[in-house]
Amino acid sequence: MELLSFGKTGWGDELFIATFMTLAVSVTAILIGFIFALIFTPLKLSKNKFLNLIANFYTTIIRGVPELLVIYLFFFGGSSAIMFVASIFGYNDYIEINAFLTGAFSIGIISGAYSTEVFRGAIQSIDKGQFEASNVLGFNKYTRFYKIILPQMLRLSIPNLSNVWQITLKDTSLISVTGLVEIMRQSYIAAGSTRDPLLFYSIAAVLYLILTFFSMKIINRMEIKYSRGF
Amino acid sequence: MDLDLILNSFPKLFLASITTLKLLSASMIIGLFIGLFFAILRIKNTNVLGKIAYLYSYIFRGTPLLVQIFIIYYGFGQVEFIRESLLWNILKEPYWCAVIAFALNTGAYTSEILRSAFQTIRPGFIEAGKSLGISNKIIFYKIQIPIAIRQSLPAYGNEIILMLKGTSLASTVTLMDLTGVAKYIISTTFKPIEVFIIAGSIYLFFTFLIHYTIKSLEKKYSF
Amino acid sequence: MNIFKKFGLGLLISLFLTISANADKIRIGTEGAYPPWNSKDASGKLIGFEVELAWALCRYIGQQCEIVEQDWDGMIPALQMRKFDAIMAGMSITDERKKVITFSQGYADEVASLAVMKGSDLEGMDTPEGINLSLGGGNVNKALKTITGALAGKTVCTQTGTIHQNFLESGDVGKVNVRTYKTQDDVNLDLASGRCDVALAAAVAFTDYADKSGKPVVLVGPTFSGGAFGNGVGVGLRQAAQMGETSTMGKRDADLLRKFNKAIDQARKDGVISRLAIKHFGFDASM
Repeated sequence: MELLSFGKTGWGDELFIATFMTLAVSVTAILIGFIFALIFTPLKLSKNKFLNLIANFYTTIIRGVPELLVIYLFFFGGSSAIMFVASIFGYNDYIEINAFLTGAFSIGIISGAYSTEVFRGAIQSIDKGQFEASNVLGFNKYTRFYKIILPQMLRLSIPNLSNVWQITLKDTSLISVTGLVEIMRQSYIAAGSTRDPLLFYSIAAVLYLILTFFSMKIINRMEIKYSRGF
Repeated sequence: MDLDLILNSFPKLFLASITTLKLLSASMIIGLFIGLFFAILRIKNTNVLGKIAYLYSYIFRGTPLLVQIFIIYYGFGQVEFIRESLLWNILKEPYWCAVIAFALNTGAYTSEILRSAFQTIRPGFIEAGKSLGISNKIIFYKIQIPIAIRQSLPAYGNEIILMLKGTSLASTVTLMDLTGVAKYIISTTFKPIEVFIIAGSIYLFFTFLIHYTIKSLEKKYSF
Repeated sequence: MNIFKKFGLGLLISLFLTISANADKIRIGTEGAYPPWNSKDASGKLIGFEVELAWALCRYIGQQCEIVEQDWDGMIPALQMRKFDAIMAGMSITDERKKVITFSQGYADEVASLAVMKGSDLEGMDTPEGINLSLGGGNVNKALKTITGALAGKTVCTQTGTIHQNFLESGDVGKVNVRTYKTQDDVNLDLASGRCDVALAAAVAFTDYADKSGKPVVLVGPTFSGGAFGNGVGVGLRQAAQMGETSTMGKRDADLLRKFNKAIDQARKDGVISRLAIKHFGFDASM
C-alpha cells in the first residue's frame, strides 16, 4: 500500500494527476472531434459527389485503420505537415506542438470520424416535414441549419455520442508515444519502476472504470434534460 | 516518400498479416461462445448469474483493451502461484495471452449485441412456435438463436472490424503481427510514415473485405 | 459551476499556450525506462546517469535545457521530426544509426552481457571474460561458437531496435529465436517470469535489476564490445545535411554538435563523467 501513498515515495499523487490528464485530454479530444464532425457531416450529406468522397475517405480510413497507427502517423507526420503549411506563409522555423495537443489531436481525429457518423444519422432521422416547413416559412439555409437542424441534431445524438465518448476515453490509453503522462503511461512507468505490473495495471483498470461510471451518469442526466418537452 | 522501402516492406508486412488474421479468427470464435454464454445468462437469469454477466460486460467494455492485455500478460506473469499452476502452460505464450484478452474483450461486446438482438425478436415468432406445439428448448435453439444472429449481423460486422484493429495491440506483447512487423521495419529503417501507411492500407483492405462479406451475408439471410 | 468553468478554461489555456518555438532551448530526448542510464522515480521525475549528465553538459554549454520523455521505438524518428534536438538514452554509436543521424564523441562505454535466472543450464558457460568483436581472432570465434551452441533452441529476449537485437540477428551466433520488447523493464519482467530463457542487454541493466528486485538474475558468458555493439554511447544529433547545411536549422544542428563535443571534453577533464558513472554504475564507465 505504501506504493500507492501520496508524496515522494508513493505513486498515489502521480496516478491522481494522470487521471485528470486522461480526463482533460479526452474532453479536449472529443471537442476537437466535434469540430471535425461539424466540418465533415455537411460534406457527407451534400449532394456534391466530390464532397461526399472527401468525407467518406475520412470516416472510412479512420474507422478502418488501427488507432495506434493513426496516432503514430499523426505524431510523426503531424508536425511536418503543420511546418509545411507554415512554410507556405513564409515561416521556416520549427513549430513545437506539445504532448497534450499532439495526443488530443490524434485522438480527436479518430473521435471526429465516429461523431460524423452519429451526426449524419441524427440529421437523417429528423422529420423531413421540418425541412419543408422551414422552407415554407422562408428561412434561409443558415437560419434553418443553426436554429432548427443543429439543436435537434445534438439532442438526437446524445445517446450515440455516449458511445463515442467511451471510445475516445479508452483510446487515450494509446497515446503513450506522445510522452503525455496519462493513466496508462503513468501505470506503465510505475509498473516498470516498482516491478509490480499486476498492481498498477489493475489500478489503471479501476481508474478507467471510475471515469466511465461517472461520465455515463452525467451523460444520462443530459439525455433526460434535453429530451424534456418531447 | 521512399519507394524502395515501400516495395521492400510490402511483402514482409503482407506475410505478417497472416498472424493478424490468425489472432482475429481465434479471438472471434472463442469470443462468440463467451458472448453467447453471457447473453443467455442475462436473458434467462435476473439473479446473481445475470448480475455477474452484467459486471463482466461492464468491466471489459469500460476499460481499454491495452490495460486488459497488460494485466493478462505482464500482470499474471509476475504472480508466483499462477506460474506454478497448469494455467502457465497457456499464459506463458504471448500468443495465447493475446487471444485470451481479445476473446474476453470481444465476448463482452458480443454478449451486448446478442442480448439486444434477443430482446428485439417479435413475441409473435415465439408464440407461433408455441401454438405449433414446439417445445421451449427447440424454440430457443431453432427460432430465437438463428433470428438473433441474423438481427445482430450488422452490429457484429462492426465488432469484427473493431477487433481487427484491436489485434494491433498484440505487438505490445512481443507478437509479430502486422503492426509488430511494421514497428520492426521502422526500428531498422527509421522511416515510420512510409511503413505505417503501407500497414494501414493492408488493414484497410481487410476492413473492406469484412465489411462486404457481412453485407452479402445480410442480403442472403434477409427476411 | 462557474468556478469549474473558469478552472477548466484556465487549464486549457495553459495547456495550449505551450505551442512555442523557443529556438534557444536545447531539448534532450531520453527514454526513462533504462535504469541505471535513465529512469523515473516515484515522484515522476527523470533520474539516472544520463539525466544528471545532461544537466551537467547544459551547464557547460550555457544554454537552457529541457529533458523530454520519448519511447525508445520512436527515438530516432522523433529526433528527425525535431520533437527534440538531442538524444541521451544509452544509445550506442553504430554505423547503422550513423546513416540517419550523427553522434557526438562517446561519453560512456557500454558492455553488453547475456543474463539468465539462477539454475539455468546456461550457467557456467566456458568463455573468456570479455570479447571484442572488432578485434576478432581465434578466441572470439571460439567463444561465439560456444554461445551459438548454448542459445540454440532458447528464447532470447531483448529490447527492440537495439545493438543487442542487431547482434542476435547478425548471424554471429547462428539463428536465434529472438523476442523483442518495448522497454528493458519489460525484458526484465519476462526474464523473471520464465517466458525468456535468456536475455541480452547492457550488463549494468541486469545487475541493477537484480539489486533492486532481489531476483536471482545472473550474468553468463562473456561481456561483448565492438562490432555490432558499436563504439560507446554518445549524444545522438541530427545530421546538419538533413535540412540543408546552409539553412538556419541546418546551421543550428551543426552548431549543436560542436557544443556537445566541447562540453563532453570539459566534463571529462573535470572528472564529472567519471564521478556520475561511479555513482550510478558502481564503476568508472566514462570514455
